[in-house]
Amino acid sequence: MIELYESQRAMRNLRRTAIQRGVVAVLDVGTSKIACLVLRFDGSDRLAEGEGIGAMAGQAGFRVIGAATTRSRGVRFGEVEAMAETERAIRTAVQAAQKMAGLRVDHVIACFSGAAPRSYGLTGQVDLEGHVVTEQDIGRVLSACDLPDYGAGREVLHAQPVNFALDHRSGLSDPRGQMGQSLSTDMHMLTVDAAAVQNLAHCVKRCDLELAGLASSAYVSGVAALVEDEQELGAACVDLGGGSAGISIFVKKHMLYADTVRIGGDHVTSDISMGLQVPKAVAERIKTFYGGLVATGMDDRDMIEIGGDTGDWDHDRRKVSRAELIGIMRPRVEEILEEVRTRLDAAGFDHLPSQQIVLTGGGSQIPGLDALAARILGQQVRLGRPMRVHGLPQAATGPGFASAVGMCLQAANPQDEWWDFEIPVERYAARPLKRALKWFKDNW
Amino acid sequence: MRPVTPRTDPAPSRLRYRLQRLMLTPLFRGLLRVGLPFGLCFAIAAGYLSQPERQEAMALALIDLRRQIETRPEFMVDLLAVEGASDPLAGEIREIFPHALPVSSFDLDLDRLRGMIEALPAVRHADLRIKQGGVLEAKVAERQPAALWRRAEGVALVDREGVVLDPAARRTAHPDLPMLAGEGADAAVAEALRLRQAAAPLRARLKGFVRVGERRWDVVLDRGQRILLPERAAVRALERVIALSQAQDMLARDVVAIDMRLADRPTVRMTPHALKEWRRVRKISLEAADG
Repeated sequence: MIELYESQRAMRNLRRTAIQRGVVAVLDVGTSKIACLVLRFDGSDRLAEGEGIGAMAGQAGFRVIGAATTRSRGVRFGEVEAMAETERAIRTAVQAAQKMAGLRVDHVIACFSGAAPRSYGLTGQVDLEGHVVTEQDIGRVLSACDLPDYGAGREVLHAQPVNFALDHRSGLSDPRGQMGQSLSTDMHMLTVDAAAVQNLAHCVKRCDLELAGLASSAYVSGVAALVEDEQELGAACVDLGGGSAGISIFVKKHMLYADTVRIGGDHVTSDISMGLQVPKAVAERIKTFYGGLVATGMDDRDMIEIGGDTGDWDHDRRKVSRAELIGIMRPRVEEILEEVRTRLDAAGFDHLPSQQIVLTGGGSQIPGLDALAARILGQQVRLGRPMRVHGLPQAATGPGFASAVGMCLQAANPQDEWWDFEIPVERYAARPLKRALKWFKDNW
Repeated sequence: MRPVTPRTDPAPSRLRYRLQRLMLTPLFRGLLRVGLPFGLCFAIAAGYLSQPERQEAMALALIDLRRQIETRPEFMVDLLAVEGASDPLAGEIREIFPHALPVSSFDLDLDRLRGMIEALPAVRHADLRIKQGGVLEAKVAERQPAALWRRAEGVALVDREGVVLDPAARRTAHPDLPMLAGEGADAAVAEALRLRQAAAPLRARLKGFVRVGERRWDVVLDRGQRILLPERAAVRALERVIALSQAQDMLARDVVAIDMRLADRPTVRMTPHALKEWRRVRKISLEAADG
């Protein structure tokens, strides 16, 4: 636990130095595309203390000065599968973004959708030493959370305090300075496969970049696609990606739950490819141009040229009606949404006061998805696009860039994590020298 | 037909990627933009200049250019004008002038030239300046001979300050100058001149002045008479002698020397004949007094 704390802290320090230096890159490693945005922090109202509770909580003005997208390679289900291929794809995206920005980028914040995220709710309680809650007490209560056995080979990706309670008052967002006897907290912890994280980190390192942060793409796309009241009142964001669909539930501006369904747009494409006997590239093209989910009578007469280059005249001149294409796509999308519904039910989403569901990600652009999703997920469904970010090119404003934009917001205005707080002094008990040093530092 | 060539990889190679990142590094770019041209120019110039014959040629060209500028007519000196010097001295100055005219004014070291001219014994003071129109003007203040000085080598002219000017061919060429003699006479020419002024009543009888022991003067008159003057207040002593002589005709008598070295006891040395005569006369007068 301590090593993780230290490594996350090191990444956080890297991120802080990168932001102070002014340039940081955001890398969204997805199954179908890899997007890279270069952000420049111009220092306006940087780190305005007093808002939020964290040491880094503060609005940082930033601007996107470079953006590039490339087709992803070597990634399956949001996890790195072929390292060299992925490395090349990252290189392509980073190089193009650097070229557009005209700047060299050294620090990168990456997000990925796979690696089987699993959510845990943790609670911890401590008695206050004094009568006033200090930052030390918050650090103490966060480390007092009893860790569940999340299994070997997994790593904590996020550990965010979502709620503080002081004696009998709950729902505090910032208990510092308040009077009380005992402080308790609820923490949301997200664990992922360590191997996937390590692979991604290795790929980034091989591109001569330094990993300054990691995030779950389900979380960051929720940050980008949910508007403020949805985050406050409770909403689920479904990021329909290429290889997986990420689910995140937000209440009171904190993520409470995140999960991934390992089915995505690539599976729709492969269904079309198999159903129509066409190569994947053609299937992808047909999906994006003619795809849909609700068939009407018109679609029966709408014939689509499939094309082909086998040289066989009959084979190359085949046509299918759009209704047929819809008939192939719809069951798969239904399957994804059913699976999402199952996960949301398992998470207890229907107990939340607000049942808003926001669909985002590249897959949300299928025509007719809102109608289909309304039937499966409930009536409060909307299609979400990411928030507008300063300097983002028009081509990168679509729903497919929700997680990239969310990373920008996250970099500029980070959520407090457990490792943002000083580790309490009791942990250092085994190291008296360090403790003495700390005492000296604190007192002089 | 389907093209057979495989699709090229859009990904940059590691090397190209790194190169691009390097090119985007501000320091490196600055180095490339400023450091590289500068280094290149420096290397080329250094390589070109490292050859000795090129250095020589460049130095020659530089010297040539300098020469060209220096020898422009505006800077040339064509004439040496000597002012305030007698003709022989002017000739002498022209003789020692080390440059052949016309000469560039850059080559003239006026201080050194002035030193050379002032080193001439007949020159008391010299001013050199280059006037417009290429004239080097030398204003010379000549030393005036004030006395003749007889030495073992012969008779020489000296000025007030005792600087030996020229050998004098004949005594009669300078009848108005006093004759000095003796070792160290040149160091006290001014005093001799004052003595000579004081001795104006004796002018007709004055032969000259002799420096004795490098400390005092003897005034030599005709008929072998001498006036021995003290070291100090010699002029006053001489004036006393002259007053005595005017009152009592002392110098007209048969006296060899008047010794004024002890101021409170002037002494007269008589000739042996005068002494004999004086004794004889004194004996006669004594006998007359006895008898």
